[in-house]
Amino acid sequence: MKRRTLLNLVPALACPGAIAQPTRRTAPLEKRIPSSGEEIPAVGLGSWITFNVGNDRVARANCAEVMRNFFAAGGRLIDSSPMYGSSQGVIGEGLQKIGSPRQLFSADKVWTSSGGAAQVEASRNLWRVPRFDLLQVHNLLAWDKQLPLLQAMKAEGRVRYVGITTSEGRRHREIEEIMRGHRIDFVQLTYNPLDREAEQRLLPLARERGIAVLANRPFREGALLRDLRRHALPAWAAEIGCASWAQVVLKFIVSHPAVTCAIPATSQVAHVRENMAAATGLMPEEAMRQHIAAHLAKL
Amino acid sequence: MSEWWTYRLSDFLMFSPSTYWRLVEHYNRDVWPLHFLTIAAGAILLWWVAAQRPAAETVVAAVLAPMWLWVGWAFHWQRYAPINWAAVYLAMAFALQALLFAVAALAKGGDVQPAGPLVRTCGLALAAIGVLLYPLIALAAGRPWSLSEVFGVMPGPTAMGTWGLLLLAGQPHRQWLAVIPALALLAELATRWAFQG
Repeated sequence: MKRRTLLNLVPALACPGAIAQPTRRTAPLEKRIPSSGEEIPAVGLGSWITFNVGNDRVARANCAEVMRNFFAAGGRLIDSSPMYGSSQGVIGEGLQKIGSPRQLFSADKVWTSSGGAAQVEASRNLWRVPRFDLLQVHNLLAWDKQLPLLQAMKAEGRVRYVGITTSEGRRHREIEEIMRGHRIDFVQLTYNPLDREAEQRLLPLARERGIAVLANRPFREGALLRDLRRHALPAWAAEIGCASWAQVVLKFIVSHPAVTCAIPATSQVAHVRENMAAATGLMPEEAMRQHIAAHLAKL
Repeated sequence: MSEWWTYRLSDFLMFSPSTYWRLVEHYNRDVWPLHFLTIAAGAILLWWVAAQRPAAETVVAAVLAPMWLWVGWAFHWQRYAPINWAAVYLAMAFALQALLFAVAALAKGGDVQPAGPLVRTCGLALAAIGVLLYPLIALAAGRPWSLSEVFGVMPGPTAMGTWGLLLLAGQPHRQWLAVIPALALLAELATRWAFQG
């Protein structure tokens, strides 16, 4: 048995009910949602690709273990979408399996040009939650119809926050117009040391307008880490408490003042622990952030 | 879809290659030993049309109709659709192809289009690869036998074998019968391309 596999199993063997009484090593950095003042951990859990495992029982059980370790490390926000295949059902089954953790911050999306309310209800049933904490208009699809729907749901108390999403730098002008012209709680966009377009207008605007920011694709679907793995971790990484490239990238993202939460996706228990550890300890100052971005751009 | 030019093929891949191959492995395990039956049926069809036996076009259509219906239902609808919502449309396309073959088998209209030497050679090559050699691709790619893709079980070899058999049999209206298999092959190629990132 590999050492990492053994290490993954130890907590579950020693403490099978860990989720009921989570033991936090060090509390992760928490950041404020401007519209409410509520604080959430700066690292969440995405589900694009990694949780879309269909009816594979072994893989579904593994996803539940990822979630168990996520919560045990102090995580709260899980993000999904009806567009992500079986991910919502896998999350719902996993949540039930690990005892429906009360600290869950459920973030989902509406992704349809019509019938948004029915889709949200179907998603809620798959998640097996009484209501969502956050609902976002996925990739601005029919946002002029869906955003009013979500805002009406919020007014009725059927969802706590509403938002919009984009990825990979698309439609930033339209995102900016919505951020300026509509009352939204969250915006989700792509941000990492190599994809920094959001720094120009959207992140400053989010601060100005009091909008929380979820950063998606922190690792470019893993491609960034695969590239970085070819290079040795520089000595300065230890200065900000990083033991891996993944932690360097995540600390860079969540240390931006406008970013509320990064949502890396993973199907590996070791990686979710590593990701959550990035939200603890020291965070890079602005000069170090610039150094990280410049260093990664050169590699 | 706005800004469509900014999308890469891999942006549409909503599952990991490992999830896909685990699905294939489980599917092969679930339907075993159907593989022997479908390969045997394909081999007999190949011999029938290569030897220019009578009513080859009817025999090909009659055997391929249930195969396309099966692959569409058992693979696309039951297994693939949970991880890829587009597979629902593939399942429908496979059902339509089965219907077209059923009609072709029952209808008496249309003239056989005798194949020239070049078409026969291409047809023979495609049919031989689709029916007999396709499972070996898994081994060549370093995957185990349990991940082999077999004619009449998986969409790729079924579509390729079908193309070959249509060409060899000189199937009437074969241009219409070849559209969905061509699209199925394109979908296969696109998925494999996306796997490369």
